[in-house]
Amino acid sequence: MLKVEETLIFSILPLLQGIKHVAVGASSPIPAAAAMLMRERSKGQVRVSILGNTERYTFTDGGRELFDLAGQGRIDAFFLSGGQIDGEANVNLVGIGDYPQMSVRFPGSFGSAYLYYVVPRVILFREEHTPRVFVDKVDFISAAGVSEPHVHRPGGPYALVTGRCVMKFNSTKRCFVLASVHPGESVQSVQKNTGFEFICPDNIPETPLPNIDLLNCLRGSVADQLAAIYPAFAARVFG
Amino acid sequence: MTPVFTSLNDIAESIPDGSKLALAPEYNGCGCALAVVRALINRSPKDLHLIGVPALGLQADLLIGTNAVSKVECAAVTLGEEGLAPRFSEAIKTGDIKILDATCPAIHGALQASEKGVPFMPMRGILGTDLLNNRPDWTVMENPFHQSNDPIILLPALKPDVALFHSPLVDEEGNVWIGVHKELMTLAHASSETFVSYERFYQGSLLDDEKYAAGTIPSTYITGVAEAERGAWPIALPNHYVRDVRHIRKYCEMASSATGFQNYLVEYVYPRIVET
Repeated sequence: MLKVEETLIFSILPLLQGIKHVAVGASSPIPAAAAMLMRERSKGQVRVSILGNTERYTFTDGGRELFDLAGQGRIDAFFLSGGQIDGEANVNLVGIGDYPQMSVRFPGSFGSAYLYYVVPRVILFREEHTPRVFVDKVDFISAAGVSEPHVHRPGGPYALVTGRCVMKFNSTKRCFVLASVHPGESVQSVQKNTGFEFICPDNIPETPLPNIDLLNCLRGSVADQLAAIYPAFAARVFG
Repeated sequence: MTPVFTSLNDIAESIPDGSKLALAPEYNGCGCALAVVRALINRSPKDLHLIGVPALGLQADLLIGTNAVSKVECAAVTLGEEGLAPRFSEAIKTGDIKILDATCPAIHGALQASEKGVPFMPMRGILGTDLLNNRPDWTVMENPFHQSNDPIILLPALKPDVALFHSPLVDEEGNVWIGVHKELMTLAHASSETFVSYERFYQGSLLDDEKYAAGTIPSTYITGVAEAERGAWPIALPNHYVRDVRHIRKYCEMASSATGFQNYLVEYVYPRIVET
């Protein structure tokens, strides 16, 4: 029996196929686990940089280094979340209401307004899948989902992983396309809980389950590595 | 210039009202000068313009709660795992502070411009955001080296009046060891004045030992230093002490109301007057 967190980790894994270097933001145990699993399966070929990780800090040139790496195209994938995300993949990390005197203030945009533009495969990850998060239009654009064609933009949204489903982003059509629903969910449950319009092809599959090797790898060596950074999460999910 | 060996209270007195005051981030174990911030609150500063390098946390929330701050410029304000910064959130709601929302690399880049003595730094990204719409000081121009239309952001150089952080080691010449936390190096290079509290005193010169020298800010950039054991508490200082999660949770709880925040100050901040 898979735990919800495990389903999410496995739903991220195929989205990282073929990458060489993935960076994971602070306090993101599920994306971190997927990235570590990817590294494990690649026999160490995939590089994983976990930010805010005081256990093992892999940069030596200060806070700018990650951004400099990304600006040169040395980071292939990154995870981004949002207080609100809309149907054009705009991300809001600033707050709810009219800026600047917002009724609910989130921490702020962090590096999103840059990384979203320069990292080729940005995976939006937000476990809570409700109309409160997935809105028609965000109240504040911290990082824009799509840019005018003449804007230098090697990066952008690639997919959205939530507690209910996986969607891919189509930047030409400027909208999300439902790719799979997690066990226990349906197209209807996703539609009901999404505040924006998205493309829904016929015959949406269930998010595939991992084979036993992959599951053992996650619950074994990856769980151990994860415990060094996210002890509470690892204890709760992997016991 | 030789840095002055001084006290926390003297550093607090040296940060004038109205200063652009830059502070270290509270993640990755960059040194946060909480002890100085507590001393600073005791002199009731006014009209500070805080700069997060690139984010702010408890230091800023304490100062905002005591009405010492008029402007906040950073990529985020957060108490991390323990939650949102309650006095900051409240001040945003009431409009008591002006916020200059930025993004991490914009802060780093704008400080690098000051470090190099150039007026601005170009940067990718940001186009099409509400950050740009609310930052009239950020300019969009065409890349002059490109044949066709290629818009790029120009960030004006950011020069803090005062940089303030905590370091594990300061030597007898006033050189400051910061290890891998090079944003503090950039910050010291970019700021008019830099004050540092330190955990331990190093006999001799850090610059004579190559293991330390690469991560050492030469005293040229340092205005004043003061000893402060556990000076980053309740934030972590790697290899010295971990983040005092229980205390920060307690802070979040107390600071969720104005009265609770006052009680916190009485319990943990104002007693410094008695101590020193």
